[in-house]
Amino acid sequence: MNGAPVPGFSSGRTGERLAALREEGRAALVGYLPVGFPSVERSVEAARALVEAGADVVEIGVPYSDPVMDGPTIQQAVEASLERGARVRDSLRVVEAVAELGVPALVMTYWNPVLRYGVDAFARDLAAAGGAGLITPDLIPDEGAPWLAASDAHDLDRVFLVAPSSTPARLATTAAASRGFVYAASTMGVTGERTRVGAGAQGLVEATRAAGAGFVCVGLGVSTGEQAAQVGRFADGVIVGSALVRPLLGDAPWAQRLDSLRGVVGQLAEGVRTARAAAPHAAQAAGPGGGE
Amino acid sequence: MADATSSLQDTRGPYYGEFGGRFVPEALVAALDELEVEYRSALADPGFVAELERLQREYTGRPSPLTEVERFAEHAGGIRVFLKREDLNHTGSHKINNVLGQALLVKRMGKHRVIAETGAGQHGVATATAAALLDLECVVYMGEEDTERQALNVARMRLLGATVVPVTQGSRTLKDAINEALRDWVANVEDTHYLLGTVTGPHPFPEMVREFHKVIGTEARAQVLERTGRLPDVVAACVGGGSNAMGIFNAFLDDDVRLLGLEAGGEGVASGRHAARFSGGAPGVLHGARSYLLQDEDGQTLPSHSISAGLDYPSVSPIHAWLHDTGRAEYRPVTDTEAMEAFRLLCRTEGIIPAIESAHALAGALVVGRELAAAGRTDAIVLVSLSGRGDKDVATAARWFDVVDEQDIAKAATTEGSSL
Repeated sequence: MNGAPVPGFSSGRTGERLAALREEGRAALVGYLPVGFPSVERSVEAARALVEAGADVVEIGVPYSDPVMDGPTIQQAVEASLERGARVRDSLRVVEAVAELGVPALVMTYWNPVLRYGVDAFARDLAAAGGAGLITPDLIPDEGAPWLAASDAHDLDRVFLVAPSSTPARLATTAAASRGFVYAASTMGVTGERTRVGAGAQGLVEATRAAGAGFVCVGLGVSTGEQAAQVGRFADGVIVGSALVRPLLGDAPWAQRLDSLRGVVGQLAEGVRTARAAAPHAAQAAGPGGGE
Repeated sequence: MADATSSLQDTRGPYYGEFGGRFVPEALVAALDELEVEYRSALADPGFVAELERLQREYTGRPSPLTEVERFAEHAGGIRVFLKREDLNHTGSHKINNVLGQALLVKRMGKHRVIAETGAGQHGVATATAAALLDLECVVYMGEEDTERQALNVARMRLLGATVVPVTQGSRTLKDAINEALRDWVANVEDTHYLLGTVTGPHPFPEMVREFHKVIGTEARAQVLERTGRLPDVVAACVGGGSNAMGIFNAFLDDDVRLLGLEAGGEGVASGRHAARFSGGAPGVLHGARSYLLQDEDGQTLPSHSISAGLDYPSVSPIHAWLHDTGRAEYRPVTDTEAMEAFRLLCRTEGIIPAIESAHALAGALVVGRELAAAGRTDAIVLVSLSGRGDKDVATAARWFDVVDEQDIAKAATTEGSSL
């Protein structure tokens, strides 16, 4: 059943990985890092460390001048990255490095950098670099016609978001437009570490599955192994961003910062691995085609 | 009266040609849908329309007067120049038109908190005013650099009971204030309305803000007709986001009248320090809409520059982008120097201190007036949107013209609780 397609949902490359992990009885750890922080070379090193320490899917953030869906931690890193001259095309270098390790590499980008690059040209170059697809926080499927066409042409995953405010009709159109997985925002808000994951997250995951999504990963506010375990009980993947960026900030020696990153990733990886072992019934609720 | 099917007036969103749309996080879509439904039902509700008209009349002071400026016009080739006096509205600019409309909608939607962005502080003051009047909680985001440049307006907003949040991210100006307001809105959309101050952003904002400002052009068109027996040849307005221009242009879209938008040319388009999106930008997406945008080759937003904080924004209304591409309106840059010359001229010839934003429109009128006169059209009529008064700009202008001691300005500003 490894990589078995979910009826009516296009698994894509990322979905195949999520299906394999579902078979193993656990959620994926999806880790975000911004390109070019603290430098392009070091962001490649950080991405490798992220994979080696246990991330199953990597979300590679394109630095952007106006990141309205990001909280202070990621804003700080992205601003520094841009000040140091990071370019959109640098994201393809990080994609190559992650893809070489055999892990799905998704690029997370606000829409204007892609528009400026050229939607089809970006899709072509991303595919050539071995990338799995795009996560688009400020592109809703309604505005996505050029991207739907380009992602079909270049066989890329397209991860759209749903939020606690999404109506059932929008959950259905978003699920239908997505390939790979649907990104469920656990709470109304921006990226950042929170002491509690949104109480509505499980309900949103269930509603999104009911609306036709084969795989649903949860992001916003997850920062600890305990939270990862909690979310991993009901979601196909646990998306972590700010908590991975934080250890890379500051003035400590780079090797030390990388070690801190590995430590955080290790705890999160442990979290997704113990989630369903601790709650076997929740694993069963993972959805259609899930694990049984 | 133009045929309804061919009318450019009141063109509905979400798209204006290839511009507009909703490039927003999914989390905001439900609120935008609700807003669109409420806004359309409010416009169809005689009670809502009557209440808005009452406030415009009794609170704002509408209709705003039309003033012919003969001494100023002598410098514009001797043509006739009329000013639509939005500067005489309560709070001192056109901004109050949109704010009252949206604030009434907020009450109708049962929300109790409004947030807003502000650059020069005019929209922030107008929003704080309407919030006080209608008993709404009000938070205004303002770039830290702008809170320093416009300390007086910060004090005004606080006196009106608003919370002013200085934004320290990014370039610390208007675009970053909008980013921060959007972050607030995503987190609090349940009980909060984002009272966007200009005719841009995701649908339905451009359409709705145009609706609340179109009274400017409707009044001005009738006033010019009454005063002169004909329509003006040119309508000139400054364009930052573009709300006062949209407001005055709308009534003339189906007439044979030239529409001239004046953008901030800053230190000159060639210098790179400007806010001339049409001469120096390219189509792109920012703050929810596709429009013309100052951006680098990677699609990163470039900082804009203008002596006028209200025009200092890297993008522009998608409706203006559409009017630009279809050729229905023309857009020209006006440099800081040209704007300040027009500012000085209006002060000295007419006893009216304009906002520096509006001075860009006046500079455009001077240029186009001379062009018309040179072509033998000395009987031409140019209508200018005087979108705001210049009280907020006195310190900037005094420094520009070196009419007070620099230390006195610094001392006065320090007394306001800020530094220059």
